[in-house]
Amino acid sequence: MNMPFYVAPEQLMKDRADFAQKGIARGRSLAAVEVAEGVLLCAENPSRNLRKISEIYDRIAFAGVGRYNEYDQLRIAGIRHADLKGYTYSRDDVDSQALANQYAQMLGQIFTHETKPLEVEILVVSVGFQREGDRMFHIRYDGSVSDEDGFAVLGGEADAIRERLAATYNADMDLAAGLQAAASALAGDDRTLGGDALEAAVLDRLDAGRCFRRLENGDIDELLGR
Amino acid sequence: MNTSELDITHGTTVVASRYLGGVVIAGDRRATAGNLISYRGMRKVFPADRWSGVAIAGAAGPAMEMVKMFQLQLEHYEKVEGHALSIEGKANQLSQMLRGNLPAAMQGFVVVPLFAGFDRRRGYGRLYAYDVTGGRYEEEDFVASGSGSLFARTVIKMGRSDDMTADDTVDLMISALFAAADDDSATGGPDSMRGIYPIVATIDATGYNELPESDVSERFERVLAEFRDRQWGGETK
Repeated sequence: MNMPFYVAPEQLMKDRADFAQKGIARGRSLAAVEVAEGVLLCAENPSRNLRKISEIYDRIAFAGVGRYNEYDQLRIAGIRHADLKGYTYSRDDVDSQALANQYAQMLGQIFTHETKPLEVEILVVSVGFQREGDRMFHIRYDGSVSDEDGFAVLGGEADAIRERLAATYNADMDLAAGLQAAASALAGDDRTLGGDALEAAVLDRLDAGRCFRRLENGDIDELLGR
Repeated sequence: MNTSELDITHGTTVVASRYLGGVVIAGDRRATAGNLISYRGMRKVFPADRWSGVAIAGAAGPAMEMVKMFQLQLEHYEKVEGHALSIEGKANQLSQMLRGNLPAAMQGFVVVPLFAGFDRRRGYGRLYAYDVTGGRYEEEDFVASGSGSLFARTVIKMGRSDDMTADDTVDLMISALFAAADDDSATGGPDSMRGIYPIVATIDATGYNELPESDVSERFERVLAEFRDRQWGGETK
């Protein structure tokens, strides 16, 4: 009879984490910034069809980095969760916190029980009626959640981008300033990113209804002052 | 089975008509239970999504549930796929929901909606009528549904032409609803005492837009004044 090799749980978890991190590091990064008009999401993404940013519900948006098929599956699950909840109870009862918890459960479950962890990192953001009501939940491949304030960065070079964004970010930025800060943080010092290399959307701070609005390439260039 | 024995709220007039560049959809506000008025401010015209609207006639409970589910499905599709359904896709979706309601309809809970929207791929307004079984009929010019539809239809038929503007079409829908309310006890007219007026919406390249209540009330005043002029030379009888 074949005896399975003993692998220490620490080692097993570490191997899985390394695997997921490697997968995520291969993709391009993404940043979200709270601005006066709402919450801005901006990703480096030359594709106009394979999107990283998406609408979930009236005041909630989703962004993912890593393997497209995996975060797209999570995106659809999120839309389903939100639509079902809004239909069963009320549109007012759909909140980002519950959604973030649900995602954390899913990712945590997959990380420990499946053969392969998901190679994704996702961000759930919601726009409040006032600035204080904005929320950002950063959920990692292992299901760990962190609550970000002001701005958030996901993806392979997150640390470097976060450093650059932290240097330019301030709480009084408007949409144009926020987009400029996000675009230059994503680009780094030796390149510039324009509308054709970026995907961006904003959750407008409206009083009611669907707040999600995609920024087309032309809108992005205009806001960037190009 | 007589539906009034079950206290089902129904009886309505909803109308829709195409014009150059879009569609107008409108409906009265009265809900009845047998011979009683059960609700005066009922909404029977709803936005289905940003580019289309749905109007309902029939049993109120199932109809409103159907609208809610319809709105949900259109929004869900749009979010998951990243773009909205085609107008024909939306019309078919509503058709399937009606077919699902057939067993309830056999027991008296009949729902008959109208669906109108702007076809963004082709650049014009489109209009669909339905029957109880989910049959879907695209109309070229106008459509009316509900207990007062006979009167409304006649008014539209006499007054409509293909080159009408949105403004003229709105006035025509208001005349049609007035005629229906005048002769059908289950259709509500303009209620200036409570400030309740039919809901009228235009759907064009800019999307679904409901007219403000003040605008609808002014238009009713004008239509009623014209009616008085024609009938009794401007005097109230």
